[in-house]
Amino acid sequence: MAAGNEVTATYYIQHHLQNLTFGRHPENGWSLAGSAEEAREMGFWAIHLDTMGWSIAMGMLFIWLFRKAGRYATTGVPGGLQNAVEMVFEFIENLVRATFHGRNPVIAPLALTLFVWILLMNTLKIIPVDYFPELFMRLGVDYMKIVPTTDPNATLGMALGVFCLIIYYSIKVKGAGGFAKELSLTPFNHWSLIPFNLVLEVVGLIVKPISLGLRLFGNMFAGEVIFILIALLPFWAIWVLDVPWAIFHILVISLQAFIFTTLSIVYLSAAHEHH
Amino acid sequence: MNINMTLIGQTIAFAIFVWFCIKYVWPPISNALHERQKRIADGLDAASRASRDLEVAQEKAEATLRESKQQASEILEQAHKRSSQMVEEAREQARAEGERIVAQARAEIDQEVNRAKDELRAQVSRLAVTGAERVLEASIDEKAHRKLLDKLAAEL
Repeated sequence: MAAGNEVTATYYIQHHLQNLTFGRHPENGWSLAGSAEEAREMGFWAIHLDTMGWSIAMGMLFIWLFRKAGRYATTGVPGGLQNAVEMVFEFIENLVRATFHGRNPVIAPLALTLFVWILLMNTLKIIPVDYFPELFMRLGVDYMKIVPTTDPNATLGMALGVFCLIIYYSIKVKGAGGFAKELSLTPFNHWSLIPFNLVLEVVGLIVKPISLGLRLFGNMFAGEVIFILIALLPFWAIWVLDVPWAIFHILVISLQAFIFTTLSIVYLSAAHEHH
Repeated sequence: MNINMTLIGQTIAFAIFVWFCIKYVWPPISNALHERQKRIADGLDAASRASRDLEVAQEKAEATLRESKQQASEILEQAHKRSSQMVEEAREQARAEGERIVAQARAEIDQEVNRAKDELRAQVSRLAVTGAERVLEASIDEKAHRKLLDKLAAEL
């Protein structure tokens, strides 16, 4: 889509960065947002159908693939799919063993889910930016942003899940009193500095999920914007930039999935440790 | 890019997927992997045990071979000794037999010689008597001259 003038280029970029939003509009009631303004006016009580749909689809794909490999898992010589699944499995198992110091049967499956799910969602980005918006436009759907990790709701949602687990395990392992003591008496173990410690620790605690979610979102969103900008070039110039950027993004995609997973394990490991 | 319900939806989806993974995905893969690891370890163990067994068996075989070789050489030596002894015995026997035969032959010869001598003597005495008869043209009284003739025969 080589745009000649400024207006269509801006429109094109905005269109590609707009989620398919369903929510309660002050005037139209429960409906699909027809524009970015309408989506904004819906406020909190709206949901991004494309983000949810694609992320659930990718989650299902993960569950299906690994469940299939698990069901046919034999102790004999493994086949192709099973080899790939086992490679990922062992990678995660080793990562958890090296990073997580403690005993918790939830952490390893959690890390596996996070890693593969995020990897699959990120991989959607390799699909050329025009394919799905164009296809859904023909089907009568105005917006379709297929990469869930370019939506801060998705990344912060997962980070929120990890955050809940951090709080849960902090209280479970150390007790509510122990957790409160950790928040108020570190790093300075003196009663007069409790307010200062509290501010420091609470900020540190809250920054964890926010940085986790925003890091993934930022990387994916920036990459997506670059892809859209490249797609605005004349058609003969697109591949010159698009191909190297896509190849580079194979690295970014897996790296970001890995970072999200590793940091989640590290945070959860810290939640299990007594200070 | 508004923060909205998607955030909560995504958290719920995340929780469901993690739960599903814990419940249905992780255990079978984990079990299969660990079982396979155990089997491989067992296999390697068995292999090393077998090679150790082989070594022992080889050693045993070598020892048996060495022993049997020694036995064989002992038997051979004994046989050699026995055979030389037998040869010696046979030789001794043969020598004794030979000597006996020689002695017998000699005795026979002596006997024969003596008999021949006696016969000769008898013949000579008869010849002498006959000769004397011719010379004297008379008969000589054998009884009268018997003494003389015996003396002659003894001198022969």
